[in-house]
Amino acid sequence: MSVFTGQLGRELRLAARSRSDVLNPLVFLLLAITLFALALDGKPEVLREHAAGILWVLVLLTNMLALDGMFRRDFDDGSLEQLLLAVDAVPFAMLAKLLVQWLVTGLIIVLLSPLLGMVLNLPAAVLGTLALVLLAGTPAVSFIGAIGAALTTGARRGGALLALLVLPLLIPVLIFGVSAINRALADEPPRAELYWLGALSVTSLMLSPFATQAGLKIALEQ
Amino acid sequence: MSFKSIPAGLLLRAAPITCVRERRTIVALDELALAAGDLVELRGANGSGKTTLLRALAGLFPCEGAVDRSAKLAFVGHRNGNSGLLTALENLRWHQSLSGEPEDTGQALDALDRVGLLRSANKPVHHLSQGQQRRLALARLVLCDARVWLLDEPHAALDAAGQMLMDELLVAHAGEGGAALVSSHAPLGIATRVIDLSTAAVSGVAA
Repeated sequence: MSVFTGQLGRELRLAARSRSDVLNPLVFLLLAITLFALALDGKPEVLREHAAGILWVLVLLTNMLALDGMFRRDFDDGSLEQLLLAVDAVPFAMLAKLLVQWLVTGLIIVLLSPLLGMVLNLPAAVLGTLALVLLAGTPAVSFIGAIGAALTTGARRGGALLALLVLPLLIPVLIFGVSAINRALADEPPRAELYWLGALSVTSLMLSPFATQAGLKIALEQ
Repeated sequence: MSFKSIPAGLLLRAAPITCVRERRTIVALDELALAAGDLVELRGANGSGKTTLLRALAGLFPCEGAVDRSAKLAFVGHRNGNSGLLTALENLRWHQSLSGEPEDTGQALDALDRVGLLRSANKPVHHLSQGQQRRLALARLVLCDARVWLLDEPHAALDAAGQMLMDELLVAHAGEGGAALVSSHAPLGIATRVIDLSTAAVSGVAA
């Protein structure tokens, strides 16, 4: 337990002290969504029709940007090898890392979602469901993405490789996420989709600490 | 294969071990054993596999052969293992929590004092000089209760006083029943034994 809390404190401090790393992906998201809104200016019904797809694709890409540096700094300064030496402690430390990774991307996207929804011309009645859908789905994006981030940590051009590795695995999140928002637009409660997204998030939270440990071990052995 | 019972006094033991990278044998060693009080110098030309051997013994590089790590290990590599954005004290407390010990600021400050960094305890590590950052890595050794130290060129970046401090720490560690394997370019005067990889290593393409 002290491993988990110790790592949690460390990651939160690091996030607070590298604010541009946290903000850049989110600024990208805001900018990209604004560009879509501007490009489809004058066709508000088209924008609304495709809002769910646009939003989820951009959320996935934003997460790719955020995940790219998840382990890189620790790798460069040697903290990562020190962490991996404490073999039994690694899954707990990874759990803390994963949670903070979601806090500084997924959760902030959830909090921004009413604004994003309005830019994409979604009706106000859907904004609550939109936040709920993102709350259920973004953890899975961070936790599954972290496995790819671990594997590509040592690679020189990790970013593109990370997207190639992880985006196919995130297709279920994309499908359920888009379907949930479209269902809400049609005035139906998206229960099944929310259950699926929640299940994906919980399952990935259980598996990801061990998978990232294995991935980092491989990355360090290069 | 693993050793069921490690002979009394032995802290680390490796049977014939071979480290291979892309089918090239980097380092091969018949036997290596560290007993309490051993300060072993690892000697060898550049590229003779000192770093690889130390990483393999620590468990950071795959190797063929059995390594018995029954005693707690500490490893200091080329990279100091401290985050530049955290202060010296915060880094040490993180290392404490990793080894499962409760975070104890008093002990961490004592360790910083031992390596002469007490006044820099609350400075972010990226504001410290290379030598000071190295000293912070040594503070980790003082702080944790590992009996086996695997040190990869610990004297690098240290000033004369720092190098003397390193030797003092090693002698004190051996005196308390610990053991250390230290790679070094300059001869380590205090070593009780020398392993020379230039003569022991097999180089060439593995079959």
